[in-house]
Amino acid sequence: MNQQIIVLEGLTKQYGSLIAVNDLHLTIDKGEVYGLLGPNGAGKSTTIRMMLGLTEPTAGTVKVCGIDSTVNPIEVKRRVGYLPDNVGFYDNRTGLENLLFIARLNRATEAEAHIRAKELLARVGLADAMHKKTGAYSRGMRQRLGLADVLIKKPEVIILDEPTLGIDPSGVKEFLHLIVQLSKEEGLTVLLSSHHLHQVQQVCDRVGIFVGGKLLANGDIPTLSKQLFTGDKFIVEVGVNFSPQGFAEQQQQLQKTLEAISGVSSVHREGERFRVGCSSDLTASIARTIVEEKMDLTYLSKKEYGLDDIYQRYFEGGQPHEQVA
Amino acid sequence: MNKLLSVFQITKNKADRSSHPFWVLVGKEVADHIRSWRFIILLMLILLTCIGSLYTSISNLSKAIEKANDPDGGFLFLKLFTLSDGSLPPFHVFIGFLGPLLGISLGFDAINSEQNAGTLSRVMAQPIHRDYLINAKFVGALVIISTLFFALGFLIMGLGLIIIGIPPTAQEFLRIIFFILLSILYVAFWLNLSILFSVKFQQAATSALTAIAVWLFFTVFYQIIINIVAKAMLPADQGNPYAMIGYQKFIMGLLSIVPSQLYSDATTTLLMPSVRSLGPLTMEQVYGAIPSPLPLRESLMLVWPQLTGLIAATALCFALSYYIFMRKEIKSR
Repeated sequence: MNQQIIVLEGLTKQYGSLIAVNDLHLTIDKGEVYGLLGPNGAGKSTTIRMMLGLTEPTAGTVKVCGIDSTVNPIEVKRRVGYLPDNVGFYDNRTGLENLLFIARLNRATEAEAHIRAKELLARVGLADAMHKKTGAYSRGMRQRLGLADVLIKKPEVIILDEPTLGIDPSGVKEFLHLIVQLSKEEGLTVLLSSHHLHQVQQVCDRVGIFVGGKLLANGDIPTLSKQLFTGDKFIVEVGVNFSPQGFAEQQQQLQKTLEAISGVSSVHREGERFRVGCSSDLTASIARTIVEEKMDLTYLSKKEYGLDDIYQRYFEGGQPHEQVA
Repeated sequence: MNKLLSVFQITKNKADRSSHPFWVLVGKEVADHIRSWRFIILLMLILLTCIGSLYTSISNLSKAIEKANDPDGGFLFLKLFTLSDGSLPPFHVFIGFLGPLLGISLGFDAINSEQNAGTLSRVMAQPIHRDYLINAKFVGALVIISTLFFALGFLIMGLGLIIIGIPPTAQEFLRIIFFILLSILYVAFWLNLSILFSVKFQQAATSALTAIAVWLFFTVFYQIIINIVAKAMLPADQGNPYAMIGYQKFIMGLLSIVPSQLYSDATTTLLMPSVRSLGPLTMEQVYGAIPSPLPLRESLMLVWPQLTGLIAATALCFALSYYIFMRKEIKSR
């Protein structure tokens, strides 16, 4: 099972002075569902295009199924199904005709293509719409047709670039489960890129966070949060009412007291309040300590950091590797 | 029974055989063109002009035969393609005019429409070479053009045969075949030019307008520019035959850049066997020459430069669009 099916080594792509992908090392195992997570313009699509040999890397190598994509893209494309973001179909043809066309480009015979196309259309729930022109398809239907389109060549790997873009939430759930179900049934390796954390979280075995052309973190969700939040998984905010005289002294004393609690890794003062970083939930003992010190506890709030915050930090302009507390 | 079985076997084999991806692409292109309204409209237009010019040529045929000592008199059948009373231009002039329009309409959105519809990256993700797509675009349109022109040519020949009742000679038939091939080549040039623009420009409208602008420039403005240049360059010593010949040759050279000029020169030579030269002739050359038709071989020799020019222009456009397309980054929409 632990066969490496996609191996990227030192992959770099430069457009003029802009480095779209910067020295990327990544391996994906056979049969796994891998989510490539990153904001727009992070270089996800460029990486995917390099995997398919549609774009030539500036440096580094891409190997898919043991074949170098840059040297022999045809062989790679025979084994890899690719759903581009914003996939387009020939709008004046029916869904079935669109599928047959792709099947025949993959050297399927007419009869074979018909059987497989109809079977796949039924699987993705488009059996009723297969004789409708794709111009009349809704967004969700187009994505499902795209999935059938990817699967028709019987690939070993499927790469989906932003597959959930523009589908409504219930449609997304359904679509992702369809992907996972199909991939498990057929033993496929799935690589999907997205900028929607929650969607990726639902279905992926492993996730890579990709920002500014660099892979910042890589692993399953628990590993990922460990990797990104070294120690400080919980932040407790504490507010204390100090008496006006000896204000600074009291503050320093409180800081020392808080730092003395076992398990607390950092204490920062932010105006009236303290932010206490700790690896486990220490809210109760912090409260107890403050009360025992005979200080007036006025505010206490616990913050737990999950992937959501990873997302906030990395994707909305935050500096990577910035400590929260 | 056995025969039936073997027929069945053959059809079964056909369904079992997978066709080469390139021909799948070509088939799709051809189907797309045939289904498109713009092709149907152009087809109607060309059919109408074809029937119109056939009508004028046939109604003037009897007058043309009466003309004594016409060197082309022996080539009655070719007159179907060239004869006109001035009310409607003859067939080959019509093709010279409408051919570019046909070529442009078949090619102007070849690549950019696929790009804009997001189908380009989908097709490129299939196990095919990248050049298959652009080659298929060209071959698909060429198949359409060839079929159309051969059908039209044979239609005129057939109708002419029924109406005038005189069959064409072998030489006439060959001349018409060469004329059709030349017309296909001419349209192929405009097709490639518009494919080039479709690779270069993102918007189909831009590429169509640019192609039409080039066409208009060559049909209307280039002539005006040539006239101005000709007036300015007129040698002072008009009595000097060498200066005059040099001047004539220069003007001819300028004109022969225009594809439509090349086409019309070549077609007139092919369809009017009495045309002996396309350049200026001195008195010594003409002196003693009997106004008689040239054999097909000689006519072909005469149009060889024109033919080469057209082929070169077509190949150049194709090579350019091929080069640009191969270097193009395939991005989704």
